[in-house]
Amino acid sequence: MVDAPTAGSEENVADAFLQGGPSLRNASGPYFGSYGGRWMPESLIAALDEVQDTFEKAKADPDFIAQLKDLNKNYSGRPSLLTEAKRFSEHAGGARIFLKREDLNHTGSHKINNVLGQALLAKRMGKTRVIAETGAGQHGVASATAAALLGLDCVVYMGAEDCRRQALNVARMQLLGATVVPVTNGSQTLKDAINDALRDWVSNVEHTHYLLGTAAGAHPFPAMVRYFHEVIGEEARSQILEQTGKLPDAIAACIGGGSNAIGLFHAFLDDASVKIYGFEAGGEGVETGRHAAAISLGRPGVLHGARSYLMQDEDGQTIESHSISAGLDYPSVGPEHSYLADIGRVTYEAVTDTEAMDAFSVLCRTEGIIPAIESSHALAGAIKIGHRLTEGKENPSDVTVIVNLSGRGDKDVETAAAWFNMLDEEGHVKGTTLSTRKPKGPTERTNEAAVDVNEDQN
Amino acid sequence: MTEEFASKSAAAIDRAKAEGRAALVGYLPAGYPTVQESIEAGIALARNGADLIEIGIPYSDPVMDGPVIQAATTEAISNGFRVANVFDVVAGITAATDSAVLVMTYWNPVMRMGVDEFARRLAEAGGAGLITPDLVPDEAHEWFEASDRYGLDRVFLVAPSSTPERLDMTVKASRGFVYAVSIMGVTGTRTSVSSTAEDVVARAHAAGAERVCVGLGVSNPDHVREIAAYADGVIVGTALVAALRDGGVDAVGQLTKNLSAGLGRAAAEA
Ligand SMILES: Cc1ncc(COP(=O)(O)O)c(C=O)c1O
Repeated sequence: MVDAPTAGSEENVADAFLQGGPSLRNASGPYFGSYGGRWMPESLIAALDEVQDTFEKAKADPDFIAQLKDLNKNYSGRPSLLTEAKRFSEHAGGARIFLKREDLNHTGSHKINNVLGQALLAKRMGKTRVIAETGAGQHGVASATAAALLGLDCVVYMGAEDCRRQALNVARMQLLGATVVPVTNGSQTLKDAINDALRDWVSNVEHTHYLLGTAAGAHPFPAMVRYFHEVIGEEARSQILEQTGKLPDAIAACIGGGSNAIGLFHAFLDDASVKIYGFEAGGEGVETGRHAAAISLGRPGVLHGARSYLMQDEDGQTIESHSISAGLDYPSVGPEHSYLADIGRVTYEAVTDTEAMDAFSVLCRTEGIIPAIESSHALAGAIKIGHRLTEGKENPSDVTVIVNLSGRGDKDVETAAAWFNMLDEEGHVKGTTLSTRKPKGPTERTNEAAVDVNEDQN
Repeated sequence: MTEEFASKSAAAIDRAKAEGRAALVGYLPAGYPTVQESIEAGIALARNGADLIEIGIPYSDPVMDGPVIQAATTEAISNGFRVANVFDVVAGITAATDSAVLVMTYWNPVMRMGVDEFARRLAEAGGAGLITPDLVPDEAHEWFEASDRYGLDRVFLVAPSSTPERLDMTVKASRGFVYAVSIMGVTGTRTSVSSTAEDVVARAHAAGAERVCVGLGVSNPDHVREIAAYADGVIVGTALVAALRDGGVDAVGQLTKNLSAGLGRAAAEA
């Protein structure tokens, strides 16, 4: 069903395309091949035009660029490091693996790059309120953070199922002054959170900006979100040249909606020698039907404003996606990825929950880094391509691979503890409930404070 | 508006006009609570004063709908509704009444079936055309072709936020009537109808639309009366769905009768 090439064939297709082909960089939308566009209610078209217009002007405004650079550097902590994972390499056929450390950004993931850019645009448009959807909670936390920083009201829509999976991030958002709205429609995950955010936007568009968290949705979001994340690939490209003296053989990222991936990929799109891999969530296995591998197994359709690969049934109803990772649990993908898949420039493969959790564990134990479960899909992919690319090579360490470590795993500790069987029947970490002392007072006081904060909000 | 053939929706609105009143457009989802009951409810709409009937296709991601319609369409899907059933519903209602029957649908189910195939089957079932809440004319090339080929109406939406250029473009692209969204928001009942509606209708008329119907938030005879004073048709959705939910087909008939009292129809009618 899928036109995307399989792992074996991409060399020729990609090379053929790149030899003398036009640049793939800076695609402006609204269309990426036959993908993208604006499949949106008329009520929102004016708002999309306003965002697009503001974005185009801001891009050309040195003040805006300087402001964004300053925030990236002095608030987020950019540039993020490029760390060689030497002990992890042994698990990837001996290929040299370099981690682009988006986990070290303020708030713990790449999401902050896009959020700062869009929050600045919201201010420029004179909006006083931002709304966001969130899956893993990372985009919600980043949005709440930027809103606090810039003095904007913030409402975050989050699937009730995701609230449960990422309870820590719900608390973080609330501490930052945002209102979190649990979404109980449909699958109660990311796609339903986007539906509710769109309903809110339609009703409050006059003073509200919808801070979409991934490189999907209606034009200009895919191109705009990519623009704010391009810094990932630009930094990584010069860092790898500096550290190894050459371009990498391959780069890899996980794909939810595709923002961290397109941010890394963009700088390398025209480097014909660099193989590019996107890893989708294979859930319990693509053969089980319980997965989120939209490109690998979907077919083109429209959802949330863009034409793109989509998990849908024969009636065009969206199929619920499944992944251990809340941030990848989305049944579609950004339109530029669909295009890059079709032309064969990027290879998309599925990684199962089990493969991702194995890679999660390997990184923890070989490098002392706890990755987000989303990013663990990219790590699992790197293990696969590391083996593939070093096969038969006398000197496997000639092969270099950059992996986008899109976020840190603090938010996932509970999920991981359950996965690795570290919890007792009550859900406590085994061996932590042996103390016989009475709990002290402060616990309660903290709780009351948190409740007060909440009531202020509502 | 292009009008190369007899538009069923336009004819229905014009019949109401000839009676000196605005048209009543009633919305109900196909397959809610079952396919058969949705046919009966549609017939009750028609027999009690709806000039046009809008049959919604239940869809997994209805971003323009509020909680009442969401709940109904979700229930329809879990009761086994399949997209092709919409043609049975349309055929069932058109066989029993003279009302123009349009289908309201989000675009992906149409795309999935194939725009041409969908249009062919809708025309075969006696449908008048499509109302497309998430398809703007900018993306509608395929639908232009198919609707011309099968003689179907293309009802696009205009909103308070539509710029003059877009309003102009959308009015030209539409056939049958133009759907003016009364407020910035999603479907649902509201206590009052926003005054922006009148402005949108005036702008659409000025842009050349012969028939403009107003929807979103219209739920009682007073709303109907207010809108009927300036628009060519009044669209009621959520209130009818709630009536069907709470009181079944009879309640739909009763509410339709009440609503049509607001149309300014000659009193003898009922
Ligand atoms: C750490 C991390 N990585 C990746 C993703 C997936 O999003 P995207 O594909 O837009 O990068 C998320 C989304 O929540 C995330 O939190």
